[in-house]
Amino acid sequence: MTTPVLELRGAARVHGSGTTAVHALRGVDLQVAAGELVAVMGPSGSGKSTLLAIAGGLDTATSGEVLVEGVPLSGLDGSGLAQLRRRAVGYVFQELNLLPALTAVENVALPLELDGTRARDARTAALRVLDELGMSGLAGRFPDDLSGGEQQRVAIARALVGERRLVLADEPTGALDSVTGEGVLELLRGRCDAGAACVLVTHEARLAGWADRVVFLRDGLVVDEARAEVLA
Amino acid sequence: MSVKHGLLALLCEGPRYGYELKSAFEARTGTTWPLNVGQVYTTLARLERDGLVARDGEDPEGHALYRVTATGTREVEDWWSQAVEREAPPRDELAIKLALAVGLPGVDARDVLQRQRTATVRALQTHTRKKKALPAGDTAASLVLDALVFAAEAEVRWLDHCEARLSRARNGAR
Ligand SMILES: Nc1ncnc2c1ncn2[C@@H]1O[C@H](COP(=O)(O)OP(=O)(O)OP(=O)(O)O)[C@@H](O)[C@H]1O
Ligand SMILES: [Mg+2]
Repeated sequence: MTTPVLELRGAARVHGSGTTAVHALRGVDLQVAAGELVAVMGPSGSGKSTLLAIAGGLDTATSGEVLVEGVPLSGLDGSGLAQLRRRAVGYVFQELNLLPALTAVENVALPLELDGTRARDARTAALRVLDELGMSGLAGRFPDDLSGGEQQRVAIARALVGERRLVLADEPTGALDSVTGEGVLELLRGRCDAGAACVLVTHEARLAGWADRVVFLRDGLVVDEARAEVLA
Repeated sequence: MSVKHGLLALLCEGPRYGYELKSAFEARTGTTWPLNVGQVYTTLARLERDGLVARDGEDPEGHALYRVTATGTREVEDWWSQAVEREAPPRDELAIKLALAVGLPGVDARDVLQRQRTATVRALQTHTRKKKALPAGDTAASLVLDALVFAAEAEVRWLDHCEARLSRARNGAR
C-alpha cells in the first residue's frame, strides 16, 4: 500500500488542563491518499479548524501522531515545519491572513519566493493561479481594495501556487456566491485528480458533495463518514 | 413531475412522433427522470382526448405524428406563467420521524439525524459526480442535477439546524 499524503493517528488536542481543559480533538484517525478530496463537516466548535491546523503543522497534537508523506511532524523542528508549509502544504485560513502591504499577486507569490524560487518565476506562477480563479484583472490590487470574495480567492490562490501535494482549506468559500464557490471546488477537484491530496472544511453540503469522502465531526470525534459511490 | 406539460412544451417547437418526444425529453432533462414509451403514448392519448394535441399524419411504420393545438398552446403558456405548487413536502416522513425521536426514551435523535445526514450527503456526492461527468456545455442537464443538489443541501442545512436546536435544549438554554 502506498503511503498516504496525510495520516492522523489518534490525534488529540487539549487546551489548558484540569477542570478548565477544553478537548478540542479527542483522538482522530484519518488517512488521505494522493488524489483524494476529503471534506470535514460538523457543528461550530466540533474541532474542524483544530484538525486542519494540526494536519498542517500550525498547531501541535497533545497526543497521537501526524504524518505528512510518511514523515511524523513531531520529528521536525521549526525550520523543518516551515519548509514543509512553504513547499508541500498549501493552507487556506478561515480568517484568510493576507498581508495588507503586499498586492494580490505578491501575496500569492510569497511562499514560492520564500522557498527560493526566482521572483519572476514566482510571479508568473502566481498570475497563472489567479487567472484560474478569474482574478487576473485584480492581481495588482492590495487586499484592502478587494471585496471579501476576491480576498478569499487570493488566499486560495496562495495555497494552490506551486505543486502543493497537500492542500488544507478551512471554509474557503464562505464569502463566495454559489457559482464562484463551485468554481473553487472544481479547481480543488482538478488538483486532486492531478494527484494532490486535499482536506476541505466546510459547512456547505453542496461543496462537500465534490469530495470522495465526507468525515463528520462531533465534539472532537469522527462520528460518521460518507463515501461517494463509484458511478457505473 | 408533469410529463403532460413537458411533452406539450416540446410539441410547441414543432410536430413530433412519440418516440422522438421521449428522446427529446430525456436529452433536455438528462437521465434523471427517464420516461418509458408506454408513459409517452398514454399521456399523448390523454392529451388528444382533451383536445390539447392532434394527429398530423403518420410515418411508413404507422407511428402517429403529433402537433399541439391552439388549446394546447394556451395550456403551456399557463404552465410557464404559474409557479409549481409544493404542497406535499417529500421529507414529511423524516420530519415526523425526528419529531418522534426527540420525545422517545431510548432513541438518540442525534444518531437519527446523523444517519440521515450521511445518506443525504452521499446522494449529493452522486449528483455531483454525475454533473462532473456531463459533456461540457450541457447546461440543461446540469440545471436539473443542480435542482437535486440544492434540495439535498437544504435538507442537510435543516438537519444541522435541528441538531443545533437539540444541543441547546440539552444544555438547558432555550
Ligand atoms: N486556544 C484555545 N483555547 C481554548 N479552547 C480553544 C482554543 N482554540 C479552540 N478552542 C476550542 O476548541 C474547540 C474546537 O474549536 P475549532 O476552532 O476547531 O472548532 P470548529 O469546528 O472549527 O468551529 P467553527 O465551525 O466555528 O469554525 C472549541 O470548543 C473551541 O472553543
Ligand atoms: Mg473553524
